[in-house]
Amino acid sequence: MKEILIAFRNVLWRMPKGMAITLKYLFKKPVTLDYPTVKKPMVERYGGRHYLERYDDGSERCVCCGLCAAACPADCIYMEPEENEKGERLARVFEINLLRCIFCGLCEEACPEEAIFLGQEYEFSDDNRNAFLWTKEDMLVSHPRKENPFKRLYRKVRKVYGVPDRIS
Amino acid sequence: MFEIVVITVIKVSVVMMAILTGCAYSTWLERKVLARMQNRVGPTYAGPFGLLQPVADGLKIIFKEDLVPKNAEKVMFALAPIVTFVPAILTFAVIPFGADRILFGHHVKMVISDLNIGVLWIFAVTSLGIYGIILAGWSSGSKYSLMGGLRASAQMISYEVSYGLSIIGVIILANTLSLTEIISKQSSDSIWFFENWYIWKQPLGFFLYLTCAIAETNRAPFDMAEAESELVAGYHTEYSSMRFSMFFIAEYANMLAVSSVGAVLFFGGWNGPVLPSILWFLIKVFLFMFFYIWLRATFPRFRYDQLMSFGWKVLFPLALLNTMVTAGFKMIK
Repeated sequence: MKEILIAFRNVLWRMPKGMAITLKYLFKKPVTLDYPTVKKPMVERYGGRHYLERYDDGSERCVCCGLCAAACPADCIYMEPEENEKGERLARVFEINLLRCIFCGLCEEACPEEAIFLGQEYEFSDDNRNAFLWTKEDMLVSHPRKENPFKRLYRKVRKVYGVPDRIS
Repeated sequence: MFEIVVITVIKVSVVMMAILTGCAYSTWLERKVLARMQNRVGPTYAGPFGLLQPVADGLKIIFKEDLVPKNAEKVMFALAPIVTFVPAILTFAVIPFGADRILFGHHVKMVISDLNIGVLWIFAVTSLGIYGIILAGWSSGSKYSLMGGLRASAQMISYEVSYGLSIIGVIILANTLSLTEIISKQSSDSIWFFENWYIWKQPLGFFLYLTCAIAETNRAPFDMAEAESELVAGYHTEYSSMRFSMFFIAEYANMLAVSSVGAVLFFGGWNGPVLPSILWFLIKVFLFMFFYIWLRATFPRFRYDQLMSFGWKVLFPLALLNTMVTAGFKMIK
């Protein structure tokens, strides 16, 4: 008898309540994005692929000091220094193994020259493992970026942490 | 004689095609509605709105490898899908799907076979389907399958009783076992075209029928036999390729069958104003199918003991009560 009463209560009140919810969702817009054709805009602070920046005169910022490699928890950065004709220290080899990289962004925090930044791109898939070993040529921007959103953002972060701003 | 054979063959082929297409597009409907109820989009790639998805699925499943487990009972394993599939289709032999028509100078009844014991035929045939499920569970030589088969059989036995009793009320009211007669008794010429539908006189019977029909067809929330979170896929765990798809088609054909029977017994079958009778029938079946999917999207699976106690302690007494009360009213009248 008790079971029957419970069943009646469920059928007359609780089940319609639950079914009303699912019916409501039937008429809502699905949250799914049609991914390869529609891409979600990433948040400003998203850390994707690496970029190596240049000074406004076009010379490379990176001086191959090795601080990013030291800061890297995944140990994915490898670099070898060289000197150019002006006697400036530059990176001859600068490699990042994207398979090891965890995109934590500690390299951009460690960099004293504001040279390395994480970008917004996140689609790295490839069928060749060697394609994930990115060299300096892969990461170096072709010309100095006047309005660099990452730099601006980074400046803000520096202010928050009380670090003096050294970007010209 | 020849004429009758030709007409019947045409009707059978048309109905078969309709059922198989209906099954295919029920899967599409289910995936789409279920997805939308869960904030997803469902199939979108094959054709507009993913409408070609059933075709793609069918092609894919035909080209799949047909695996037979090493310790399976080969003969039974091959037989089981057929034993499930055939009764599911057979049900439609007696379901009237439209008003009588004159086609090419012939008086054509829109039912394959107007049996005078149509209801009995349906209930006899749908109960046969369970043998296929039990055989599949047993012959697969897998514990999951066996558990699924056992659950299915226990569930069937429990719900078959209430399932049969739930429609006794309608039969008492209609005083016939012929589906065409049951439909004609629900017809009405007034503007309230639904006034004679048996759902108004048999609301409890309808609720019981609906619940038991879901349990009979092994659908969520009574899908104990499949229970993918507990038993992998239940009785059809070891099946692949076309054999699996036969179970699949059988499940959907069964759903369509009980939807059709529900529409016939409680919603006046093809009776309805303005629109052609076949369309009315399809609309009612569609609403039933939608309700099935809606239930699946809403409720979690019953626990096994809950299922049993619900079947025996709630549905069975209510079905008896419904039968007794209906019979009592009939006596007084």
